[in-house]
Amino acid sequence: MSAPTHRTRPGTTPGTVLAVIALVAVSAVVLLPIAIIVFTAFKPVAEVNAYPPSLLPDAWTLDNVREVTSELPFLRLVGNSFLFAGGVTAFALVFDSLAAYALARIDFAGRKVLLVAIIATLMIPFQATLIPLYQLVADLGWVNTYAGLIAPRAADAFGIFFLRQFFLSLPRDVDAAARIDGASEFRVFRSVVLPNAVPALLTLGLFTFVNNWNDLLWPLVFTTDADMGTITSGLTLLTGPSGIVPHGVMMAGSLIAILPLVIAFLLIQRRFIENIATTGLK
Amino acid sequence: MTAPNPTARRYRPPAPLGGRRRATGSPAGRNARAWAFLAPALIIIGLFTVWPMISALRLSFMDASGFGREEFIGLENYVTVFTDPDIRDAVLNTLWYTVLFTPTAVIAALALALLLNSPRMPFRSFFRTALFVPFVVSFAVAAFAWSYLIDPQVGLLNYWLRGLGIQLGNVLEDPDLAMPAVVLVAVWKLFGFYFVIFLAGLQDIPASLYEAARMDGAGPWSRFRNVTLPLLSNTMAFVLIFAMIAALQAFDQIYVMTGGGPYGHTQTLVMEIYESGFRKLDIGFASALSYVLLIATLILSLVQFLFFGRKEKDLSS
Repeated sequence: MSAPTHRTRPGTTPGTVLAVIALVAVSAVVLLPIAIIVFTAFKPVAEVNAYPPSLLPDAWTLDNVREVTSELPFLRLVGNSFLFAGGVTAFALVFDSLAAYALARIDFAGRKVLLVAIIATLMIPFQATLIPLYQLVADLGWVNTYAGLIAPRAADAFGIFFLRQFFLSLPRDVDAAARIDGASEFRVFRSVVLPNAVPALLTLGLFTFVNNWNDLLWPLVFTTDADMGTITSGLTLLTGPSGIVPHGVMMAGSLIAILPLVIAFLLIQRRFIENIATTGLK
Repeated sequence: MTAPNPTARRYRPPAPLGGRRRATGSPAGRNARAWAFLAPALIIIGLFTVWPMISALRLSFMDASGFGREEFIGLENYVTVFTDPDIRDAVLNTLWYTVLFTPTAVIAALALALLLNSPRMPFRSFFRTALFVPFVVSFAVAAFAWSYLIDPQVGLLNYWLRGLGIQLGNVLEDPDLAMPAVVLVAVWKLFGFYFVIFLAGLQDIPASLYEAARMDGAGPWSRFRNVTLPLLSNTMAFVLIFAMIAALQAFDQIYVMTGGGPYGHTQTLVMEIYESGFRKLDIGFASALSYVLLIATLILSLVQFLFFGRKEKDLSS
């Protein structure tokens, strides 16, 4: 680690220059895989497998994109990803915020015990419950259905805990006033607490969406039909049985898989990073 | 930015129930309303997390194939878990992965957060964004990209390193290098998340403390050692727990890059669970393995919680 604060006088110091050089180098390495995805996606096959390899294409082509869309039911997989990640996110936000509201704002018998129980389930890795969960989903006849993909994740302990922490930090005078005016509990939740929790809901929503969009094991387990997979699990089908990976096609598929998330992230990155940092997630 | 920043309050238990003043409602009414709010989430978690957990415990004492045939065999699955050399290797591999991953990711994240904590650092928000981008890329896609970069024939990174005199060879087929390679992908994907959390933690440390330390003649290392590290211990605990749990559950990029190979050198616990449960359909055995993972996770969380919980108290008193 180079010293960031040799001198603390304002202006450019040797320490700052060194730090910027280090950061440029680290960022270049960090962005290299993203660059290789983007540029390889538009390279002709001959260049993809050429030696010596290069980062930028000499001739740009859409062949890889065309091939990946013909080898996989691509639109369908991307649509599944949206339905799965979007569905989980929508349900989880509603159910988690309802539960978090009760835990943060209503004094009821058994609240402490319940909170501890919820925090305990937070530590259960989903991989540990995967097999009986699969059997349950299979018994319900939900393998290869959206219900099977979405329902088990329609609420989760992490989201409840996260939102509860946030709700606790909101001032309570307004909801007391609303209650005196005769507002129902649900009205207080919907019109007083929720509107003030938008940053937390946005952060949790994005988090949930990104994690589910990117999850590999979950769709691998709960879908066996190629048409019901997600874009993330579908891509793994491209690695042929021979073990020969068509890199160009792979990178084109990867580009399509990461594009929605990267664009969404770049659009809202400032708020997203700041919200993660300030909504108690640390 | 808009949200309050409850550093000091975050880990404190909620205020005693008696201390809250409620304007309206009888206790019975409040109970009914609370459970109505909780019901949907509790049903989902109960049905899809708690029940499978109980089921897995039962199955771990069975010889079960998943086609309805179940036979009670006592502790036999657990005996196999602790005696089978393949499983022992998978446990060791998982530990090796954790040992490689956790310090690398946490130190990289902390070092970068320290560099970017100063508001005077040029291009601060560009660097922050660049470092966080990998977090939104899936493990699977990260695995494809890195596999191509380190491909022995056409990999760009291999080629560049060869230019520097470093011969990597076929990394993913190399028993010594395959594990570091899959760990590298995990570090790449996850360190940005830890970095952002460290940044937030650093911003909560009052500047006045650094001023005071400087007046006392403390150099950069001493300030880091005596101001930053102790005041960051909460954040550090959170990041360490997250990083270790992520390491214990490693699966995605290994499945894509090596499939557990070469010769089982990257076979982890979750890879074993997936294989015994969904390939070999040995559900009882897979359940016993799951419980080993579960208990390892719980122990880890507990140890960290106790260790850092005490430390935090020391500081605040």
